[in-house]
Amino acid sequence: MLILECPYCGVKAEETELAAGGEAHLKRFGPGSSDEEFHDYLFMRENPKGVHFERWRHANGCGKWFHAARCTMTLEVFGTYSAQTTEPPKEIQDKISEKRPNWTWRDVK
Amino acid sequence: MSDPVSAMNGAKFSGLAQVEDSGLQGMITLRGDLASDTLKAAVKAATGADVPASGHVSLSAEGGVAWMSPDELLLLVPYEVVDAKVVDLAEALKGEHALAVNVSDARGVFRLSGDGAREVLAKICPVDMSAEAFKPGQFRRTRMAQVAAAFWLDDDGAFHIVCFRSVAAYVFNLLSVSAHPQSKVGVY
Amino acid sequence: MSTRLAKNGRLIDRSKQIEFTFNGKRMKGYAGDTLASALLANDQMMVGRSFKYHRPRGLVAAGPEEPNALVGLGTGDRFEPNQRATTTELFSGLSAQSQNHWPSLDFDVLAINNKLGRFLTAGFYYKMFIHPRPLWKHVYEPIIRQSAGLGKAPDKELKDADTYEHFYFFADVLVIGGGVAGLQAAKVAAQSGAKVLLLEQHNYWGGRAPVDGGTIEGMEPGAWVEKTLEELRGMDNVTLRDRCMGAGVYDHGYALGYERLTDHAPGQGGPRHRLWRIRASQIVTATGAIERPLSFAGNDIPGVMLAASMRDYAVNWGVTPGQKVVVATNNDDAYRTAIAMHGAGVEVVRVLDTRDSGGGSLMEEVRALGIRVECGRAIAKVKGSKRVTGVAICAQNGEGGAQEEVEADAVAMSGGWSPVVHLWSHCGGKLIWDEAHANFRPDPERPPLGADGNGFVIAAGAANGAAGLADALHDAQTAGEAAANAAGFTPKVGDAPAAEAPEENAMEAVWLMPAKADIKLRMKTWLDYQNDVKVSDVQLAAREGFESVEHTKRYTTLGMATDQGKLSNINGLAILADSLGSEIPQVGTTTFRPPYHPISMGAIGGEARGEIFQPLRKTPMYDWHDSNGADWEPVGQWRRPFAYVRSGESLHDAVNREVKNTRDNLGLLDASTLGKLVVKGPDAGKFLDMMYTNMMSTLKPGKCRYGLMCSENGFLIDDGVVARIDEDTWLCHTTTGGAERIHGHMEEWLQTEWWDWKVYVANVTEQLAQVAVVGPNARKVLEKLNEKAGGGMDLSKEALPFMEWRDGEIGGFKARAYRISFSGELSYEIAVAASDGLAFWTALMEAGQEFGVMPYGTECLHILRAEKGFIMIGDETDGTVIPQDLGLNWALSKKKEDFLGKRAHSRSHMADPDRWQLVGLETVDGSVLPDGAYAVGNGVNANGQKNTIGRVTSTYYSSNLGRGIAMGLVKHGPSRMGEVIEFPGTDGKIYKAKIVDQVFYDKEGEKQNV
Repeated sequence: MLILECPYCGVKAEETELAAGGEAHLKRFGPGSSDEEFHDYLFMRENPKGVHFERWRHANGCGKWFHAARCTMTLEVFGTYSAQTTEPPKEIQDKISEKRPNWTWRDVK
Repeated sequence: MSDPVSAMNGAKFSGLAQVEDSGLQGMITLRGDLASDTLKAAVKAATGADVPASGHVSLSAEGGVAWMSPDELLLLVPYEVVDAKVVDLAEALKGEHALAVNVSDARGVFRLSGDGAREVLAKICPVDMSAEAFKPGQFRRTRMAQVAAAFWLDDDGAFHIVCFRSVAAYVFNLLSVSAHPQSKVGVY
Repeated sequence: MSTRLAKNGRLIDRSKQIEFTFNGKRMKGYAGDTLASALLANDQMMVGRSFKYHRPRGLVAAGPEEPNALVGLGTGDRFEPNQRATTTELFSGLSAQSQNHWPSLDFDVLAINNKLGRFLTAGFYYKMFIHPRPLWKHVYEPIIRQSAGLGKAPDKELKDADTYEHFYFFADVLVIGGGVAGLQAAKVAAQSGAKVLLLEQHNYWGGRAPVDGGTIEGMEPGAWVEKTLEELRGMDNVTLRDRCMGAGVYDHGYALGYERLTDHAPGQGGPRHRLWRIRASQIVTATGAIERPLSFAGNDIPGVMLAASMRDYAVNWGVTPGQKVVVATNNDDAYRTAIAMHGAGVEVVRVLDTRDSGGGSLMEEVRALGIRVECGRAIAKVKGSKRVTGVAICAQNGEGGAQEEVEADAVAMSGGWSPVVHLWSHCGGKLIWDEAHANFRPDPERPPLGADGNGFVIAAGAANGAAGLADALHDAQTAGEAAANAAGFTPKVGDAPAAEAPEENAMEAVWLMPAKADIKLRMKTWLDYQNDVKVSDVQLAAREGFESVEHTKRYTTLGMATDQGKLSNINGLAILADSLGSEIPQVGTTTFRPPYHPISMGAIGGEARGEIFQPLRKTPMYDWHDSNGADWEPVGQWRRPFAYVRSGESLHDAVNREVKNTRDNLGLLDASTLGKLVVKGPDAGKFLDMMYTNMMSTLKPGKCRYGLMCSENGFLIDDGVVARIDEDTWLCHTTTGGAERIHGHMEEWLQTEWWDWKVYVANVTEQLAQVAVVGPNARKVLEKLNEKAGGGMDLSKEALPFMEWRDGEIGGFKARAYRISFSGELSYEIAVAASDGLAFWTALMEAGQEFGVMPYGTECLHILRAEKGFIMIGDETDGTVIPQDLGLNWALSKKKEDFLGKRAHSRSHMADPDRWQLVGLETVDGSVLPDGAYAVGNGVNANGQKNTIGRVTSTYYSSNLGRGIAMGLVKHGPSRMGEVIEFPGTDGKIYKAKIVDQVFYDKEGEKQNV
């Protein structure tokens, strides 16, 4: 059972306080987008063995959504960070690079 | 005519710890920019207490303020004056992006006291309830068995628990079962 | 015979006799006994029968690894099957029954399977019962179910009399196992200042050391254990729990402890078990080692026991399984058993040591006692059926030709030791093969990894493969230091306590005894006692092509019994490796999964039973409903009255009465469960225009509008009335049960997509009690309340028109009144503070008497709305329905560039004219259509089934219309008005229904507009 630190209230919350929210940093496509763009936005998701970025909500807590970077294989958590960002912050990316030098995720390297 | 009653209407249980319905408590959900001086002043005027640090409650003679999230506070005021306080807050926060609503009747509030209080909570909340980890003035929103709840610890060693009104009976029973007189764990 | 010894028994109190029963027979034991030791004291050697062959089985072990002695414990509402006699502390009045036999333990009909043994080989069930197919369900399965299985399930009519609870605990270092290694590791970690929790599964501390002897710091191990315990008890940062087993280790330092509080004293009050939900920065597993059986013919006959367990019984509880003991071993440790049994006055007939060169100083000590030791020798076969009667002796390095037969009534065997690696392995810790000790032990280079990417489990002592007292303590010292360090503390680095124990010679791996045992012997050589898996079964599996240990396990059922292969796994995979011509490490082990030892379902459920099994959400008027005949309906976690049943009335009668009365007079509905969300801010209008399919930003303050919500993929997720409160504030009603979900939905979009929009949302659902006042007399009752209070808000048609709201006072209550209707009647929904809810409801009931008031429940609500053709989220929608399917195109704004779901509605399948669409349905004969029934059309689909062309979404009996009415989704429905289609029911009948307009009652909507 995972523990993630909520970046908003600082609580090291165990999984039962949290709700998982799927893949992070999806870009929304609305009216005017192509069928393919919209299809990918709705349905296409990463399923990596390794570094992954996810959305979580501190549901039984401060109620805030946040992002977590973790390894799906070892469950190592590289960090949690604000939901108000469209890509993983540099310090999180650097931290991952330290531990997993050749990691990639979507077009992030 | 209006004759308001609290969710558990004065219920009490005594075992490992004492569980009591705290009665009607005025409560206001205030959302806004917690760093704003206008908001801080309005909060102080409404409660007599300052905006607390994250994870804390600040208490005054008449009320208090609990930190709910980076943009939300729970103001504690006497039940009788809550409507007037909401109006005052709206007035004081005019021009700010903020929301103040009366939630006094949406909650069940319990007081949990006595030597076993920490152990009672440790049975139902995934929180470190040891004296080193949870100190007076701390405020925690968490899961209490199967429902969301929040609590703070006052200077007299009593916990104050807030839950949704619809599950007040569940929470009262949960606390009572967890405070079974023969269920002392003996670690806190 | 097995009996109580005249001396020994460090754990029992001979001054306290205890009575208990086994299969109804009265027996006596002492305080401190386990059920197992007490049974031995009463010469009850045979304790059960095996799973497949129903062979007589006796006690093999003294701890949780025991495979045979499973009993049903207790009676009535405290009965529990499959409890281990070895882990059951004896108490006065204990009642145990043996299992898996019929009609009795001594005489068992199905023991015939034993004679048929050569036909019941590995995979027998798979091979035999697969053909012919139909026989499986009606013949084979019932017979197998009758004859197989262990204990009986408790009586389903009885509730467990006990209670259970959880306990969350946080520690820097969790030490699992209270033997000398665990105690030392805990002490070292605690001295660094770390907060330490130490768990011990038994009711006594020290593990094996007090039985095995040697000295620690010049003391007997028992004295050292007491001294160390005293030190630990004196430290504020240490918590000690006995009778508390480390059950599992999970991600990120999570571990479960299973504390048995009253198993040894049932009915004393308080919870029976407590499940410790522990978070630790570091976990030390000092879980010891388990002795392995030797694989020789007849190794399952009652009286054959693990050597160390026999010693435990003699030293700890002063009992012996026999009077003439043969010891067979491949290592030095079993000599301690010979010494212990001799010391207890039991004759040791022989020690058979498979090693040609024999053992070290312990062997010399045994010889000095006058006990005959034979090296390079083995057991060819154990004689006896329900009890050992003799042992045939042969050379280990032969085929089993017996050279001598001796009389004996007990055999002590030792095949070496396997570290208990379960807890290390639960969360991914890897193992290495230790050739010298012929066992798997934790690989310190590959521990389970925590949140920081570093290892969080450290094995210590025998659990880490340390052999001997000194090594174990040294290892524990290192483990305690490492754990404290990793948890962020600075341990005092020091030497482990000095320990002395006899030097031991190297053990010799023996997987089959004798080494070249012939097939006759191999067919009577057991690997897994509980599941009756023999050496020959594993060899057959290998010949049949099962190369993976996981496949072999499932094919032969090796290690799949309730002991999870604690004794059998290593022996089994060694045989498999040998049969495959492979090495043991290449074959590997099966997966270790928690819990280490079975834990009760009650402990897992914790406090969640009875009244607090799950939260029931109650409105402020719940108690009134309950005492006025409410038949409850669960709606999410809410309980809502389905109908209020009067005496002499059926539920159906009650619903019909409520439906008619609400249309004719006056009905009250507790609508408090509807979600209420306040949405405020300069961007709130813009935000709600995204959330709803229709336009909310143009709504005028004081007015209400019905709105629809879709998910991003276009499907309907909620609906409700939105009221605009002021310039930048709206109040959105959601469905019952939708409040938290829609609140979360709004917060999600605000926090993760449009975080620069200035909008705040608050959930005020439970702040307000809401009452729907419905029917021709609705206005009259409210006006009467105002009259009585001497004034209140103007509720006239002019002052409060349809689809508007006002704040004010009604009957002296501060209230907000909405003129909205879900029934087609004149209707007000009145919201008051929840704390006033009951008083307001009661006032309405009193004032309404002269107007024919009756409360109504959710079924009446549904019928009234269905009569009007209003849709219900969850009935007309199921997560695949879009507004266009329901004819709600009018609620889809064409002016808005965007809203959630808009883009999805233009996907090809969403715009398909063949989508099923909402219509009304009227049965030709006036009956009620079955709920969920499908309409069939012409032709068949690819599977040869009739094509479906529609389905029923809502169906009721309307007492106002005196007939069944329904709504459904039908292909091209709106253009097929008047057509009759067929709905085959599950009752075999075909229901014919005409497609009609979905508004059945008051089509012009005159009744609500008065």
